[in-house]
Amino acid sequence: MSTDTDVDVTARARDILGVSRLTNSALTGWLHGLPGVDQVGCEARAASLSTRSIKTSSKAWAVDTAISMIDLTTLEGADTPGKVRGLAARALVPDPSDPTTPRPAAVCVYGDMVPFAKEVLGEHPVNVAAVATAFPSGRASRAVKLADTRDAVANGADEIDMVIDRGAFLTGDYRAVFDEVAETRAACGEARLKVIMETGELVTYDNVRRASWLSMLAGADFIKTSTGKISPAATLPVTLVMLEAVRDWRELTGDQVGVKPAGGIRTSKDAIKYLVTVNEVAGEDWLDNHWFRFGASSLLNDLILQRQKMATGAYSGGDYVADDAPSGY
Amino acid sequence: MPTFEYAPAPESRAVVDIRNSYGLFVGGEFVDAEGGTAFKTVNPATEEVLAEVAEAGEADVDAAVRAARNAYTRVWSRMSGADRGKYLYRIARIIQERAREFAVLETLDNGKPIRESRDVDVPLVAAHFFYHAGWADKLEYASLGADPRPVGVVGQVIPWNFPLLMLAWKVAPALACGNTVVLKPAETTPLTALLFAEVCQQADLPPGVVNIVTGAGATGQAIVDHPGIDKLAFTGSTAVGKMIARSIAGTRKKATLELGGKAANIVFDDAAIDQAVEGIVDGIFFNQGHVCCAGSRILVQESIAEELDHRLKRRLGTLRVGDPLDKNTDVGAINSRTQLERIEEMVKVGEAEGAERWDSGCDLPVDGFWFRPTVFSNVSQSHRIAQEEIFGPVVSVLTFRTPGEAVAKANNTPYGLSAGIWTEKGSRILWMADQLRAGVVWANTFNKFDPTSPFGGYKESGYGREGGRHGLEAYVKTGAGE
Repeated sequence: MSTDTDVDVTARARDILGVSRLTNSALTGWLHGLPGVDQVGCEARAASLSTRSIKTSSKAWAVDTAISMIDLTTLEGADTPGKVRGLAARALVPDPSDPTTPRPAAVCVYGDMVPFAKEVLGEHPVNVAAVATAFPSGRASRAVKLADTRDAVANGADEIDMVIDRGAFLTGDYRAVFDEVAETRAACGEARLKVIMETGELVTYDNVRRASWLSMLAGADFIKTSTGKISPAATLPVTLVMLEAVRDWRELTGDQVGVKPAGGIRTSKDAIKYLVTVNEVAGEDWLDNHWFRFGASSLLNDLILQRQKMATGAYSGGDYVADDAPSGY
Repeated sequence: MPTFEYAPAPESRAVVDIRNSYGLFVGGEFVDAEGGTAFKTVNPATEEVLAEVAEAGEADVDAAVRAARNAYTRVWSRMSGADRGKYLYRIARIIQERAREFAVLETLDNGKPIRESRDVDVPLVAAHFFYHAGWADKLEYASLGADPRPVGVVGQVIPWNFPLLMLAWKVAPALACGNTVVLKPAETTPLTALLFAEVCQQADLPPGVVNIVTGAGATGQAIVDHPGIDKLAFTGSTAVGKMIARSIAGTRKKATLELGGKAANIVFDDAAIDQAVEGIVDGIFFNQGHVCCAGSRILVQESIAEELDHRLKRRLGTLRVGDPLDKNTDVGAINSRTQLERIEEMVKVGEAEGAERWDSGCDLPVDGFWFRPTVFSNVSQSHRIAQEEIFGPVVSVLTFRTPGEAVAKANNTPYGLSAGIWTEKGSRILWMADQLRAGVVWANTFNKFDPTSPFGGYKESGYGREGGRHGLEAYVKTGAGE
């Protein structure tokens, strides 16, 4: 399939690279010409940002902002309509004891579960995100992946979380990755596209940087760390590298791209470290759930515990947080 | 107003108990100075007077040297290395236990951010004592020469930029090797040294092994000139270092001097640029630039000069300058009015020389001594701001075209304390490190310290090494002599 968007993205890529044909070697030269990432320095910077002390009013703001940035997620083989409806209901009323609690940005489910989430969420401003393109491995033919995407969009998904072909990326077939992202982008129509790079399989920060730029070049609306099925999932240094990428991409092109760390972020303390990093690396333009998300499920419980603690001065406990879909993700 | 404003997060002062006045620590006890004169030490972030501190005169220094000699002859030089090590381990553990107290006091007296005193200074202090405690009973195996023995009574004069850490660099190896010490902290930052004196008492260190005399230049001169001193160790300015070298010329005294620097931080076009920017920040804005090995000259390859300039200035806009006790402060107060005036003068010189000045424009507190992180672009080697140590949060940016030119410019300075290289090419790192005449060369990092690594200078940055096995050499004599 070749749509206008598809053509536009390739034309823009040629323009950015300054080449007449978007060959694999042109992409390789461009991606490998990006500045390297020094592992020790990158991790030291992330560790240093982690020492910020966020208290009182700034903590209250950070907790509410983090809640509003969650993609409340369930991605299990055992997911049922009941579980998905419960999760969606939770998104609408995150804390029955406090109606001022903000709602998460979206619920994130498999494509076939989209209708059940939509059924509960209706016209409420909580989006439904669907994983697609043979999530989580991405090992299927292009046709199957695009059909998967169209199916989720047809079911009503507002956002699509695709996975890149890590095999193609690691063999250096960047053109294949580019085409797949661009074609998926086209298949999304109005839906926003998050591109999961599965950084735990890319391993090096240099690869994370290259995959980030490649995804943005191919039209990603969001770049996302992980499926949550591979360890390590999101880490702060990986997210730092991605935030540098979206910051530099906007300087180059004028286009803003969102960032979504997913998996392994379970505590309010962790979430606040990410927000500090967003603030100090990409800047405050990204401190909004249109541009930054957390892929998580249990994180919401801890944020609500903190929220209750700040309101009452005492910690309650898990039994005081209504949880319809306990999950390990 | 920023979207995400960090609320004040001040570390509590309650953990420290500052007395109104302090005497000298001589022979294991706090005593009054004979002349009875005193000076005030202030918090440079607020100009609040923290305490009055006794000013040691010649008679006081003499008493301290005598106490040190007694302790040396009767106790410390005769004690087994294992037992000396026991005391040093004890001191190290007490410092860890009282780490917060030391960190808060250091921040109050010096003006450095609590984040640094808590995460860098005090942990390194403990690490230096632990490291040297381990050497105390192994000196014969340190390849120092035959029969390593202590030198005697050591006079030590330390600066205000890392008050407690410089004390540790001096005291730990001296004691490990069996020497006793008379130490003078800087006049603007005496308080952590005096708290360290309490730690010596708490550790039951034999009286006289460590003596601390407070005062200014005259007190330091009295130590330098005292005939009972066997060895001097000084960290501070090159001008004072030269005075010391002149004073002891022709005497039997040995000296190690750790002096100024004007380090080149060299950024190649293939560097990991985001980390290089962090390295520049760590190199010159760490501790307000009050660092002798600070990377105060950036040498950047011309092809990326513009990009680096942009990235550096963007990053400096996020530095948080203000209350040093706030846990989120990145850059604290300038240590004294004198130093602030020196920085201001040098910045005027830079402007007059035609370099392009930029600062972050951040708000500064009203009271206290403050200076914004500042960048000078279009700087040439012939500018004074490229030659002279500013010792403040001011960096000069120069460019180069080839590795050879980078080496030539980096070495074209009377100093030679440290240098940094930023490149993804390993072979170039090794080649450059070989060519650079600097005591420490950091590759893809800057201002990293470790007690196992020797530190010291080439040329006017001094002589002798501190830390590591090499650092022990200054504190022992070997072979058949004496």
